[in-house]
Amino acid sequence: MSIATVFEIVLAAVVLILGIWTIAVRETYSATVGFIAYGLLVALIWVRLDAVDVALTEAAISGGLGGVLLLGAAARLQDAELTATEAPSKVTRVSAALLSSLTAAALASAVLFLPDSPPTLAPTVAGHAWATSLANPVTNVLMAFRAMDTMLEKVVLLLAIIGVWSLAPDDAWGGRPGLRHQADPNDILVFLARLLPPVGIVAGIYIFWTGANHPGGAFQGGAILASMWLLTVMAGLTDTPPVSRRWLRFVLIAGPGLFLIVGLGGLWFGAAFLAYPPALAKPLILGIEVAMILTIAATLGLLLTGAPERSEGQ
Amino acid sequence: MNAVTVFGIFAAVAVGLGLYGLITNPEPLRKIIGFNLLGSGVFLLFGVVGRRGAAAGIGNDPVPQALVITGVVVAFSATALAIALLMRLHQKGGPTTLGNGSPPSARSDPLGS
Repeated sequence: MSIATVFEIVLAAVVLILGIWTIAVRETYSATVGFIAYGLLVALIWVRLDAVDVALTEAAISGGLGGVLLLGAAARLQDAELTATEAPSKVTRVSAALLSSLTAAALASAVLFLPDSPPTLAPTVAGHAWATSLANPVTNVLMAFRAMDTMLEKVVLLLAIIGVWSLAPDDAWGGRPGLRHQADPNDILVFLARLLPPVGIVAGIYIFWTGANHPGGAFQGGAILASMWLLTVMAGLTDTPPVSRRWLRFVLIAGPGLFLIVGLGGLWFGAAFLAYPPALAKPLILGIEVAMILTIAATLGLLLTGAPERSEGQ
Repeated sequence: MNAVTVFGIFAAVAVGLGLYGLITNPEPLRKIIGFNLLGSGVFLLFGVVGRRGAAAGIGNDPVPQALVITGVVVAFSATALAIALLMRLHQKGGPTTLGNGSPPSARSDPLGS
């Protein structure tokens, strides 16, 4: 057994213990903290699986932003938790355990008995990389070969934000999401919120830009930009904008809108929906990605701040 | 024993754990966490299968990688929507548990809607 395998077994064991802790621990708050640690360590598993693009996404979105989302919810629900102590019956527990172990066993045996010659699309992707002149195969798949998925995913983000906003109470309709954060100007959070965003914005744009040829891309960069904005909101330096603002809605539809226009352009001038002419592929993809990173950053940030809770003046 | 086997078994167990948490925890927030755990196991299964498909100098089949990146973002937005629903329920003074027989409390909505 090589050192690498030992490392992998230890990593899997640690993450598994965190997973069990997340499910078994009594307090919701502890479960949330366990899940954040779990999400960050799963990113390491992705690195070991040679999928650095996914690792970056997992760390930024599941571990980072998802963690903030869950922690915020757990903190606001803490007082309600005391009344909710009813545990499911023993029959439910035993049958759930049985069902879960059967599912896990079926999946594990499927992994152990996978066919010897694995099917792969990697040579096809590598063989068509000339068509876009981007060197990162994952960006090629996301932005060109399976661009339809990415475009529809932008639409899902849009639907999610519409869903969240429609939960606003009547008097806060179209108002500002989340609570107004007040922080002491000498607080360490305020200091960090002044210090980190310039660095974070450069890092986010770099990760986006380098995504053409190296691991990275609009999702990961957008998540970093969103977290920088959230940091300034949490420190009370900026306030969330009222969701009825026209510029805000324009930013939210910029990504999927431009994607759709370019896709229809492909139908009109080229071979098919979302077909890019090879000579223009790179500028078109970069253009879509610029619009997309803005949309992703705005949407992720606004999904985290939640439904509008205050009318504009408050 | 290699990375594919180790992480493949781990992913299968994560799916089982998430499913168990989803069924047995009465609190919605815990159900959301369980659901995310289940999802992370499914994504890892994609990664494991993609790792086996390493070819042409690419360490992991890029098509499942792209699908997982899309999936992670969609899972995040679904989680955000679920949590927004939960927060609204909490604000309205509804019971934040899905167990049987928890009486609906009559707490007034602080926002008056």
